[in-house]
Formats: sequence, structure tokens, C-alpha cells
Amino acid sequence: MITINCFLILSALMLFIGVYGFLTRRNTLAILISIELMLNAADLNFAAFNRMLFPEGQEGYFFTLFSVAISAAETAIAIAVMINVYRNLKNNFVENLDKLKW
Amino acid sequence: MATTIIFFVLAAIILGCALLAVTTKHIMRAATYLLFVLFGTAGLYFLMGYTFLGSVQVMVYAGGVVVLYIFALMLTGRSDNQKEKSMSVAKKMAALIASLCGAAILLFVIISQKFAATVLTAPNEQLTSIQTLGQQIIASDKYGYLLPFEVVSVLLLACIVGGLIIARKR
Repeated sequence: MITINCFLILSALMLFIGVYGFLTRRNTLAILISIELMLNAADLNFAAFNRMLFPEGQEGYFFTLFSVAISAAETAIAIAVMINVYRNLKNNFVENLDKLKW
Repeated sequence: MATTIIFFVLAAIILGCALLAVTTKHIMRAATYLLFVLFGTAGLYFLMGYTFLGSVQVMVYAGGVVVLYIFALMLTGRSDNQKEKSMSVAKKMAALIASLCGAAILLFVIISQKFAATVLTAPNEQLTSIQTLGQQIIASDKYGYLLPFEVVSVLLLACIVGGLIIARKR
């Protein structure tokens, strides 16, 4: 008996696993992986709300499609920034990124 | 019944691989576990009958995003760089407590809500047919998504140009 609560609990757990990774990781690429987990949880929520509460409409479906496209774009730009950071600093750890720190 | 079993198997795969992805020391393994989480989510979309969404998830995430991650890891990874120094235990505990409190609050809110008790039935391709999707994504009337579709295409173009400018050699 899968109701909407099962999907919501699963995506809530996935979201907070991502938050934990975001808070504990030091490598910028690992932080990006955690962000990807959180985005994925949000996408799952959109699709689950669409399917379980309003199956006649397609709003959640389209929102998830566009969200996937935007997160791919975001990842590409973020990885370009990381590669540029690596070229300048020779590593990728957040504690070395302090040039803009006041 | 089969739907229930498949859901719980996929949920176990997703949660286990997500936990491993945020706790493993090797970044390359974290990217691989992320791939399994994304495959599990695609499986859930297929279970809901959203086959096009599931295949987009597999193509864009597994075929695009994870490959990008692995290339970036190979470009930036030295042997001393692959393993990260771990944080102090106090900071890790603080992060753990913060995320557990957040999860507890969110789970409390979800469980105390009275959602419609619709039960997930077997996947049905007719629920959202590919024909409806194709017509809606290029329609400009009330339920059409032509404008966001075009905006996403401009965003992707801007992303290509931005990525080239940021990552080029000077």
C-alpha cells in the first residue's frame, strides 16, 4: 500500500542525507554531489505530488523535466568553476578558498 | 503487492547508496553511489508510470551529469587529492544533529498532514501519454509549456558559452 506519504518520507530522508553531506564534506566536488542529492529529492517530490494527488494534470511532470535540464546546466557551470579553481590553487578543498574572505 | 515490494527495494537502494555517497572517503566512489541513487529515482519514476521522465533521468543524469563528475574528478584528482582529510568529530556530530533535527521536523510535518489516501496502482502508460506531453510542450495556450521550453533552450546556450569562458586556458 504505497501512499504519497511513502514518497514524501523517502525524499525527506534523501534531502537531509544531502544536507549532512553538504555540511561535512571538504572537497568542492563532493559538496556538489550532495547538492545533486538534494535536487533529486525535490524532483521526486514534484513527480509524486503529480502522480498521487492530481494524476489528470501534468504540472509536476513538466516541472521535473525542466528541473532536470536546469540542474544539468548548473552542474556543468559549477564543474567549470571547480576546474578553474583547481588550475589556480592546485587543489579543491574549501578551506583553501579564502581569497574573498573578509 | 508487487508495486509495494518494488517500491521498498528501490527505497532501500536509494537510501543506502545516498548514505554511502555522503560518507565514503573516496570521491570517485561517491560519484558511483550517486549514479545508483539516480538510477533508483529513475526506477521510481518508471514505477509511477512516468516512463519518459524516467528515461530523461537516466539519459541526462547517468549519461550527462555523472560522466561530467567523473571527468572533473579525473582532471582534478591527484593521488593525494582523492582522499579528503576528515573533519573533527565535534563538527561531524554538529552536522549530524542538525540534519537529524531537520529531518525530524520535516517528517513530523509530513506525517501530521492529511493527504488524500490514493494508493499507487500498477504503472499505466496511458496515464500520461507521450502524445499529450509532446503536444503540451510546444503549445502556447493555457496548459502549454512553450515559453519555459524556449527559456530552457536559451539557458542551455548561455550555459555552454559560460562554461567555455570560465574553463578556458588563458
